[in-house]
Amino acid sequence: MKLFNIRGGVHPQERKDRSAHSPIESVPIPETLRIPVQQHIGNPAIPTIHIGEKVLKGQLIAHGQGMISAPIHAPTSGTISKIGNYHAPHPSGLPVLTITLKPDGEDQWIDLQPVENPFDLAPEEISKRVAAAGIVGMGGATFPSAVKLNLRKRYTLETLVINGAECEPYLTCDDRLMQEYTAQVLDGIRIMGYALGVKNIVIAIENNKPKAQQYLKLEAEKYNNIKVIGVPTRYPMGSEKHLVQTLTGLETPARALTADIGVVVHNVATAFAVHEALREGKPLVSRIVTISGGAMREAKNLRVLIGTPVQYLIDYCGGFDIEPDRLLLGGPMMGQMLPTTKVPIVKGSNGVLALTHAETHSTAAMPCIRCARCVNACPCGLLPLDMAAFTKVGDLDGATHSGLLDCILCGSCAYVCPSHIPLVQYFQYARGELVDRQRQQYQQDETKRLIVQRAERLEREAREKRERLAKQKAAKAAQAEANP
Amino acid sequence: MNTLLMSSPHTHGGLSVSKVMWTVMLALTPATLFGFYVFGFPAIFLFLITCGSAVGFEALALKWSQKPVQFHIHDGSALLTGWLIALTLPPYAPWWIGVVGSFIAIMIGKQVYGGLGQNLFNPAMVARIALLISFPVEMTTWVSPHPLFEMGSPSFFESLHITFLGATFSDASTGATTLGYIKTELSRGIAMPEILKNTFSINELFWGKVSGSMGETSAFLILLGGIVMIFMGIITWHIPVAILVSLTICAGIAYGINPNKYPFVFYHLFGGAAMLGAFFIATDPVTSPISKMGQIVFGIGCGVLIFVIRSWAGYPEGVGFAVLLMNAMTPLLDRWLRPRVYGRSRKGDPLQYSNDAEK
Repeated sequence: MKLFNIRGGVHPQERKDRSAHSPIESVPIPETLRIPVQQHIGNPAIPTIHIGEKVLKGQLIAHGQGMISAPIHAPTSGTISKIGNYHAPHPSGLPVLTITLKPDGEDQWIDLQPVENPFDLAPEEISKRVAAAGIVGMGGATFPSAVKLNLRKRYTLETLVINGAECEPYLTCDDRLMQEYTAQVLDGIRIMGYALGVKNIVIAIENNKPKAQQYLKLEAEKYNNIKVIGVPTRYPMGSEKHLVQTLTGLETPARALTADIGVVVHNVATAFAVHEALREGKPLVSRIVTISGGAMREAKNLRVLIGTPVQYLIDYCGGFDIEPDRLLLGGPMMGQMLPTTKVPIVKGSNGVLALTHAETHSTAAMPCIRCARCVNACPCGLLPLDMAAFTKVGDLDGATHSGLLDCILCGSCAYVCPSHIPLVQYFQYARGELVDRQRQQYQQDETKRLIVQRAERLEREAREKRERLAKQKAAKAAQAEANP
Repeated sequence: MNTLLMSSPHTHGGLSVSKVMWTVMLALTPATLFGFYVFGFPAIFLFLITCGSAVGFEALALKWSQKPVQFHIHDGSALLTGWLIALTLPPYAPWWIGVVGSFIAIMIGKQVYGGLGQNLFNPAMVARIALLISFPVEMTTWVSPHPLFEMGSPSFFESLHITFLGATFSDASTGATTLGYIKTELSRGIAMPEILKNTFSINELFWGKVSGSMGETSAFLILLGGIVMIFMGIITWHIPVAILVSLTICAGIAYGINPNKYPFVFYHLFGGAAMLGAFFIATDPVTSPISKMGQIVFGIGCGVLIFVIRSWAGYPEGVGFAVLLMNAMTPLLDRWLRPRVYGRSRKGDPLQYSNDAEK
């Protein structure tokens, strides 16, 4: 298959070797699980249990609300000990509503309702089950998967692309998953393909994972509508829109979805979760996480219950060899700094990295020398240096004109910047400001609307009063005339 | 552990401003050493004075503007500016030419704009042009090559006199640069083939044992340094290639039309500051466009202007003027020639596919 070039991008040091050869291990159940109700894009889930309630593994503990949301299930059996605020796995560390579960150690499942043959079900039924299993995009985006499986209703879809690029350095969880659970992953992929009603399925895997490619190729041979394609090892190959461009040569129009060009993209780990949800009836209660980084004593790929504290995983891997410079959730290119190791693993956490200073290269920023390395590295054709400069002086319109809203925050620009300017930080800030400004604008407009309404109402009332008085006067006058 | 929250990415390619600057200086080293060899101690003294004063002025300016001196001085940008000025000076120029040049470049050309990255014009070229206009005698007094330790070359002490006391070296046969000689002789109405017989050959120009500025003379060594920089990813090919190709085309057409009035292409390419300008001056990131398209237009502009100024203006050499003029165009080029945004047309509207394209 002919592949197409994408613009820009970088080739960061892969550093996957440390964990690439360690098989997936299951971690013992920790003493406490902390399960935030917001682990996905969209509305937070609403707890359905009360404190002190005993739950079984896989039991619904919070249901989704609204169109875009996802339910949450108990990762193991035990007792709900608390429902309250706890540190979010987010750089702010701000509290979010979190359900605390004390495991009883039995790990006892609820009654599972597996499906004998998912291909006998109606496609709608599959997405319904995927939604009920609480499956979200496991690559890190955490968009509810069922919503994406329902796209067939609004778009003509041709192709399902399975994203096995795993272009972030260090991370090997998808790689291991594809190698160790090849059949299950492929089954999940086929179920999703059936639910979407697409003709073709393309599994895209970066060329630095030859084993995963080989295993999936062997497994996919039986089906002539599934192709396994090796894509160049280049960051950000895993960006949905750029992966689709690599495979089809088509760019997704700005502000549109890949579905607009007939393609839906799902992650390999999502496919695995779909397999488990349909064939075994198991909701999403665990995921595979890569623990790595130069400061971590041992690097591993772990199958972790949702809600497991990060500190527990660090301890499981022997703690730190040296004091890490930065502790991250996710990959080094787009991951987030952890405010504390107390935070739990959530559905979108694909890695816990403890990086040394030699790995982060963090240093004070210099002035921009306009070398344009960021312009050449940008996969979206933007002008990062201008976006940052405009943001710096508070000119959000200028930043928007230079591409702020087209930016995917991949960090390629900041990675190559010789001045070590934290470009993405500027962009995040500017976007936050834009949202604030829109909110303010909305408030202003609303206030204006209310003022106008009030003025109209007062005027109307005055007019009505006048008319009423005039009428009364006229009536009186008529009366006076009638009875002189 | 770092507790200050920082946005992603949390890793970096490892390149730094000072690495960029030092690599450029490394690429300049062969041509510079060759200049030292060809012009001897006066060139070395002038080089040291110019670089030293550039760094000194930078430190002073940083101090005045209350910026961390140590932190910024280590980026190497001031040293590189001083280095580039020195390479463009006549090797026997008095010491104060170097100091004034550094002052103009660092103080007026760079720091008054706000320091590194803020200046509109290439500081080294601002200095060179300001010196050329203000001190035409000192800036156009050239000497023939007097290699180090050769018979007839100035000794260490004689050289000190030349650089610091303004002594004229008795044995120094003053010799015009090739481009300068061509200009003068043309104005006397002599035909080009006659002129070229009495000046340096193309071969000599290429290797560099000719009259000229301290570090501009060896086209070969500068080309070598430039190619090394391209391969190391310090500069891209766009600007140098655009300059050299456009200069070649202009000079080639002129030569084809009237070889009695215009020298052959190689005199343009290997003479004067064309090579240094193409690889080391015009590629200054601060003052050149950021998009590849912009860089190509910028390069073509430089190349054409170099030819125009050399051929029809009052000065025999036009690289400095050409680069400054195109520097002034850079903001416009940056505005006009932007890369196309992913998912958008050149105009900036979201892409639209007809229904066939989907299939």
